[in-house]
Amino acid sequence: MLSWIWIAMIALAFGCGAVTGRLDAVGTAAIEGAQAAIELCLTIAGPICLWSGVMALMRAGGLTAHLTRLLQPLLRRLFPAVREDRRLLETIGANLAANLLGLGNAATPLGMAAAAALGKQSNQNASRELCTLVVMNTASLQLIPATIAAVRAGAGASAPFDILPAVWIASAAALAAGLFTLMVIGKVRRWN
Amino acid sequence: MELIARLSSVVLPMVILLAAAAALCRKTDVFAAFTAGARDGLGTVLQLIPTLCGLLCAVHMLRASGLFDALAALAAPLLNAVGIPSELAMLMLVRPFSGSGALAAGAELITAAGADSLAGRMAAVMLASSETTLYTVSVYFGAAGVRRSGKVLAAAFAAELTAFFVAAAAVQLLW
Repeated sequence: MLSWIWIAMIALAFGCGAVTGRLDAVGTAAIEGAQAAIELCLTIAGPICLWSGVMALMRAGGLTAHLTRLLQPLLRRLFPAVREDRRLLETIGANLAANLLGLGNAATPLGMAAAAALGKQSNQNASRELCTLVVMNTASLQLIPATIAAVRAGAGASAPFDILPAVWIASAAALAAGLFTLMVIGKVRRWN
Repeated sequence: MELIARLSSVVLPMVILLAAAAALCRKTDVFAAFTAGARDGLGTVLQLIPTLCGLLCAVHMLRASGLFDALAALAAPLLNAVGIPSELAMLMLVRPFSGSGALAAGAELITAAGADSLAGRMAAVMLASSETTLYTVSVYFGAAGVRRSGKVLAAAFAAELTAFFVAAAAVQLLW
């Protein structure tokens, strides 16, 4: 996937540069871009290490498990067909908790485990529950977007975290829109 | 506005303190747990370097070739109508396909336009509130063994577009 995107980007840059007569600038930009990548990684490395360390403390302190339990009543409403399956709901809760805390690496395997269980239950059909799980994971529900804040800090933002309320609003709206679309689809076509 | 600034400045120190206190209550070796986590973070960044190197190289080439300007000009009537600066076209286009590609486009834009500029803020909020939709759908449906993903793609793209528009509106409203 990424190979095609990359090749397309470079081919477009080459073609467009040839048309506009800026090929020399394109060549210089290639080197500059590679330099910018290292600079970016250096500026965000510190904050990301700090944040990963804090996340490890949260897990060690049982905060992730606590959040998972807190989410259960909400999940029973969102996943009515599996409300009796406590283990599955706990996996989904752990996936959501990991997303909220910004533990992307932990969230994906949990979500895949939940997806596999849901797929088995619906005989490999795109059930309402499976779609809900995916939409929950595409809405990027995270309380503290550490990487983006680190990028902003590196670019000289006066308060890198001042975007938090806007991020929360946008994420919540995305989740609502996704769930609403699923609801409309469910009304038009039956879930199998 | 001032309240928001104060609130978000409190969040980070509070979270760090809370995490450390919770770990201490569980009788964890707090600093050892922290450094172990931080080492994982370093691994994440190291993995990111080669990817970002290739992608930022391509993004800078695209900018220099004049394609960004052309794309922005093309998308301007549509985006400006909903209050989004046209520089964000590239970021929005790449977002569903590639997380690191979107990060590269966003970081380039934030540096070029300024972190506290309207476009820079919108880029940051869009990046933080949207997801690599196609990747997520394919990973989760792959894990579930489900092949037909039309319904969920419609819902996931509705979520993605909503994130973009609400991000733009929220930034404009708050700043």
